[in-house]
Amino acid sequence: MLAEIGHFALVLALGIAVVQVIFPFAGYRYGYQNWMAAAKPCARIQFVLLLTAFAVLTSAFVQNDFSLAYVAQNSNSALPLPYRISAVWGAHEGSLLMWVLILAGWTTAVSALESELPDDFVSLVLAVMGLVSVGFLLFMLFTSNPFDRLAQVPADGADLNPLLQDPGLIIHPPLLYMGYVGTTVAFGFALAALIQGRLTAISARWIRPWVVASWCFLTVGIALGSWWAYYELGWGGWWFWDPVENASFMPWLLGTALIHSIAVTEKRGSFKNWTLLLAIATFALSLLGTFLVRSGVLTSVHAFATDPARGVFVLALFAILIGGALALYAWRGPGAFSGNRFEGASRETFLLINSVLLAIATATVLLGTLFPLAHEAVGLGKISVGPPYFNLVFSLVMTPLAIALSFGQFARWKSDSASRLVSSFVYTLLAAVGITVAAYFSLGGNDFLLAGVGIFLGALVILSVVRGIWDRCRGRKNVLLTLWRLPRAFKGQTLAHVGFAVTLLGATVTSFYAVDEHVRMKPGDTQNVGHYEFDFVGLKKFEGPNYRATEGHFIVRKNGKTLAELYPQKRFYHVRNTPMTEAGILGGLTRDLYVSLGEPLEAGSWSVRIHYKPLVRWIWLGALFMALGGVTALSDPRLRNAKLARVAAGSAAHNG
Amino acid sequence: MIFALTVFAADTPFEFESPAQQAQYQRLLEELRCLVCQNQSLADSHADLAQDLRDEVYSMLGEGKTNDEIREFMVARYGDFVLYKPPIKSSTTLLWFGPFILIFLAGFAVWRAVTRQKKAPQDLTEQEREFVEKLRNETPTSKEDSLQAKLRANDSNRDAPPIKPGNEP
Amino acid sequence: MNRYLIPAVIFIGLVAILGVGLNLDPRHVPSPLIGKPLPSFSLASLYEPDRSISETTFLGKPRLLNVWASWCSACVVEHPLLIALAQQKNVEIFGLNYKDEPRKAEAWLKKHNNPYKSIIVDPEGDLGLDLGVYGVPETFVIDKLGIIRYKQVGPLDNQAIEEIILPLLDELS
Repeated sequence: MLAEIGHFALVLALGIAVVQVIFPFAGYRYGYQNWMAAAKPCARIQFVLLLTAFAVLTSAFVQNDFSLAYVAQNSNSALPLPYRISAVWGAHEGSLLMWVLILAGWTTAVSALESELPDDFVSLVLAVMGLVSVGFLLFMLFTSNPFDRLAQVPADGADLNPLLQDPGLIIHPPLLYMGYVGTTVAFGFALAALIQGRLTAISARWIRPWVVASWCFLTVGIALGSWWAYYELGWGGWWFWDPVENASFMPWLLGTALIHSIAVTEKRGSFKNWTLLLAIATFALSLLGTFLVRSGVLTSVHAFATDPARGVFVLALFAILIGGALALYAWRGPGAFSGNRFEGASRETFLLINSVLLAIATATVLLGTLFPLAHEAVGLGKISVGPPYFNLVFSLVMTPLAIALSFGQFARWKSDSASRLVSSFVYTLLAAVGITVAAYFSLGGNDFLLAGVGIFLGALVILSVVRGIWDRCRGRKNVLLTLWRLPRAFKGQTLAHVGFAVTLLGATVTSFYAVDEHVRMKPGDTQNVGHYEFDFVGLKKFEGPNYRATEGHFIVRKNGKTLAELYPQKRFYHVRNTPMTEAGILGGLTRDLYVSLGEPLEAGSWSVRIHYKPLVRWIWLGALFMALGGVTALSDPRLRNAKLARVAAGSAAHNG
Repeated sequence: MIFALTVFAADTPFEFESPAQQAQYQRLLEELRCLVCQNQSLADSHADLAQDLRDEVYSMLGEGKTNDEIREFMVARYGDFVLYKPPIKSSTTLLWFGPFILIFLAGFAVWRAVTRQKKAPQDLTEQEREFVEKLRNETPTSKEDSLQAKLRANDSNRDAPPIKPGNEP
Repeated sequence: MNRYLIPAVIFIGLVAILGVGLNLDPRHVPSPLIGKPLPSFSLASLYEPDRSISETTFLGKPRLLNVWASWCSACVVEHPLLIALAQQKNVEIFGLNYKDEPRKAEAWLKKHNNPYKSIIVDPEGDLGLDLGVYGVPETFVIDKLGIIRYKQVGPLDNQAIEEIILPLLDELS
């Protein structure tokens, strides 16, 4: 009975979404103001309906209602409650429901928070977002209904994939979806601007908070996924360039390009076309990610179980939405959006360079991800493109990016002289070289060339940021007060750029200086790795709620002094018959020590992997800084400046 | 691909003649793709076949074979699919040279965009721009002030004249 | 106008590639051995341990080489089709018992019947490695000159037999 309510709520939501699309567009076309006003209430009703459907599905999981096919496939009565709830979004149908719910949430947020924008503009944005919602709801109702019932109710369910039975995996999808779906807002703004045929320097700023907000969620979602893979999968890896990982990374990269492009459009009125194109493309990549995960076109550990009909549907949705948007762009783009002049060595130039480099980085990842498919599609056979390619090419593109970021820190808006830039930059450059040389002597190593470049770039960025702050405080009497009073947007930007450098340094050092040992140990053995000693004390077997486990006990010492005791486990989940590894990790800001059990070998010994990973936590710390930087920038009260909004409204009418 | 349940293959650690050889082994494993767990390299995969292939790579290294010979061995049996670093041949030129071509093209486009900006009608004059910049840097001083401003903003309709310096209310 | 159409054009290309991709199987790895001769080997035969089988044993007549094992559950599913091929269509099938124990293999065949003319015993998987075996069961079509002409990855089904294997065997005779 309850499931039917959920299903009905979905159908109603579809109806409302259709209204949300048709009325504002028709109202805009024919000039009916009150039709356009229908958008806001529709968005809110849709949200309530989808929340209802989601609640119904969740209660079905909590109550172990195995008459629903989706519950039977993804849950089990022995599954602990938190995982019964997270199973709601653990597979295809439920995660789609979460997608449309989150979309309705963002849409409602836009309708509620953008009270200062002209109403007709907001209505158009909501209508476009409604169109996306219609597409996904149709997809669900026709091919992926979570409320489908089974003719024969099984006694118990097939259990949630053991890989997903983890706290990190509970919040990773919702955060990632908040980011992915948030790109729809930028898409809506871009199309509304194209439909109206105008985008002023001022109206560009309206998009910014929404892009930054969704970007923050994506940053944290991706970082969380990487962190989870590191501690859960057992061999200390944190990024695999898996197609679905790339599918989340690409909108992030392009979203970063968009943020930088908006900064210029907002300040100088330039790059409007580029901004609009990026907004459309970022959403397109988010949709592409949906396609890649659910269509079965690429193999991935992330891929949901699939069926060709679904792939075709999503591809059609992708083609219609993005094809339509790009056609609109081609039609309205030329002539409608002009910009303001700036000189070669100005801040605008560096922002443009970086926006373009980020777009190239995105294109490179896209090329690598889809190339095998294209190669096979034209009949040239099957090849693989993996980490060796991506690491190489991505690092090559990131290098000029880091340099331009550093230079751009202290270029002035509109015009600057190349000689002034170079002279103020020289000291920073020398300092970065100094740090790199110091690193060489303390870390050593044969492959220092590549590691050195990474360290140099990271140091350069941080030093440039510090120099940029110093420039602002120079000559002021009270430095601390000046620092405190710096605008939040600037503080946010600083934090985010530092975060980028921190991640870069962490990734570089851990990639080149990690020590991995794969050894045979039995209880009583000791292994030396780097400056540390690992004593294998003993093994213990026990039963968990839905698995049985073998747990090893290790003591980690440095120079004789005990640092910690680690308990890596090897688990075997009953229902799905799958093994899982839980590593024993001693974490720290400067290094991680990582022990995982492999397989039992002969005579009571085990294969054990021990890793020493320097600076690995900097990777996620940097991501956290980036996200915090974004949040800080969002909290800038100047964004809510009403006088400016009024000027914007008036100016928008005047300039057309 | 259906695998029956089997006893876990031994995940045997190997002994190497030198750290350099161990590093070479590790690098090779990371370049080779597991055909069973297709999203993992030979270094990471737990599949039986992966263990067999690791054994093979280890013994080939022991015989003194080079990286190229080992890769050729794998490709002869499994095709180019097994290489995570795609071979550079005519069909993969776009893949390997694409990024550099893109950078070159983009660099050219940026240079053109920056050096040859058209004198198109601007959306704000320099004076208006400075005024907006001044407003942008103000923060609302008091709650009442901003509330008043908000009310006025909502009252004004689309046809209000643009605010210019001088006629600011 | 031209510049603004570029993104749309690129997009159309992308959708076309993805569309074609929907019809491909991402997990299927084509074999580089098609058109090449069987690798040389010399292994014992299951029921006649003194007799050895080599690649020259395959000369003279087109045959199927079926890779199987007693621990493989999918092999049970395809086995009746092999029996039918051997008995009703007079197809000569050699078995390759891959990474298995001879006693278990014999017991399995006793339970499920034996369609094989001869069975090669490959306990270490060496021949399997040289043949690029990555998932059991697999079936190869070998022509009378000992050249590999086709490889089926995964269990045989009626469609593969009717549409590919039987016509190919006819052609090779």
